[in-house]
Amino acid sequence: MSPYRAGNPRTLDEALTFLGEIPDLVVAAGCTDLMVSDLESRVRQTHVMSVLGIEELQGIVREGDDLRIGAAATFAQIGRSDEVLKSFPILARAARVIGGWQIQNRATIGGNIVNASPAGDSLPVLLALDAKLEIAGPKSTRMIPYESMHVDYRKTALAAGEILAAVRIPLAAETRVQSFRKVGPRAAQAISKVVVAMSASRARDGFREVRVAAGSVAAVPVRLKSAEDALEGKWSKGTAAKAGQAAAGEVTPIDDVRSTAHYRSWVLRQIVERMALEMREGSG
Amino acid sequence: MTRNVRHTLPFGGGRPRAEFEVNGKEVSVEGHPMERLLDVLRERLQLTGTKEGCGEGECGACTVLMDGEPVLSCLVPLFQCEGHSVVTVEGIAEIPAARAFLERFVEAGGVQCGACTPGIIVAAWALLKQNPAPSRAEIIEALSGNLCRCTGYEGILRSFLPGKGA
Repeated sequence: MSPYRAGNPRTLDEALTFLGEIPDLVVAAGCTDLMVSDLESRVRQTHVMSVLGIEELQGIVREGDDLRIGAAATFAQIGRSDEVLKSFPILARAARVIGGWQIQNRATIGGNIVNASPAGDSLPVLLALDAKLEIAGPKSTRMIPYESMHVDYRKTALAAGEILAAVRIPLAAETRVQSFRKVGPRAAQAISKVVVAMSASRARDGFREVRVAAGSVAAVPVRLKSAEDALEGKWSKGTAAKAGQAAAGEVTPIDDVRSTAHYRSWVLRQIVERMALEMREGSG
Repeated sequence: MTRNVRHTLPFGGGRPRAEFEVNGKEVSVEGHPMERLLDVLRERLQLTGTKEGCGEGECGACTVLMDGEPVLSCLVPLFQCEGHSVVTVEGIAEIPAARAFLERFVEAGGVQCGACTPGIIVAAWALLKQNPAPSRAEIIEALSGNLCRCTGYEGILRSFLPGKGA
């Protein structure tokens, strides 16, 4: 028997069975990160299973009170989905700045989540839209708030034997104003220096239900709660600046190959302020 | 929406093998499941038109079509090719409808050192199939995943214009 094993299951049942039976089975989606780390480590994964063909992980459909996005939906599919464009335009915008066309054709939203890079561009958007995750296990399927998924640097709440099946975004969030900004060295094919997503319900005198989330500024994608507090409620002249300041005060980014901690804090403050102003003016 | 993936490459017995289509021909390749499609094309199938640039998904030189959509062959593992159809730059050269574009690409100076050319041809052809008259902005977005380090982008853009290289 060959020392290597690989499979392309068609159903979740089949996939969960394989996952239960084969120790060290690596779950692969679009492989746009896995292939790179595979190369860098010079150690090829020996047992791999693709989730790209699993029926239950496909599609972008309204289901009950949610928009259900299958974990194997690619960013190309998300970026051109009428449902996403209509209800959650910031998710479509994020999808269209992830890598280039070729990456968007392979990379999946489930892969972006489970790969758990702090620089994942779709992740702050999911935080800003109160997304939930549908996680399939050998015995049952559970639902968790997306916010509780990233427990530490590159560590997720996914237990052994579980597969991320779908992302659910409550349709209630579609009435919120939404804003998304990615700062990188160029418009396409670049890993973010800072990425921010926001949403809020518009009230007569200001905002309610404010969500501010950022990527590449901490070990995991984070909600910036003090910036949210600064924006919540009655709007006044200094509100946006206060939110920017609060956002920058809330994180301690790092220096790395893509940027410096100082630049990240500075740019985070600037774009949070600008995005808040744009949302207030209705152009966010 | 469901991708056309057959559930072969079973776990367990036998040597891992993937059966798929390359430029219209069925191929059956035995190998490590994580072997890069790029290496399979160049070293096993002798289709050396596809080039390796960065090898990590940044430059677009190794672009091929998978089920009609451009993908980076350095990031596609062999086992995920099972049941799919792959078209390389050699395949596009055989398409009569692509001939006029390829000629304009040469006339307009779309080729400088040539390293990025196969990937650009593949992405450009995919764009033209979906959108026969793309705007400048649409071309730039579609080719944003293909880097040309001779910075010869103007020549590449001109090759999309109708008629001779403007």
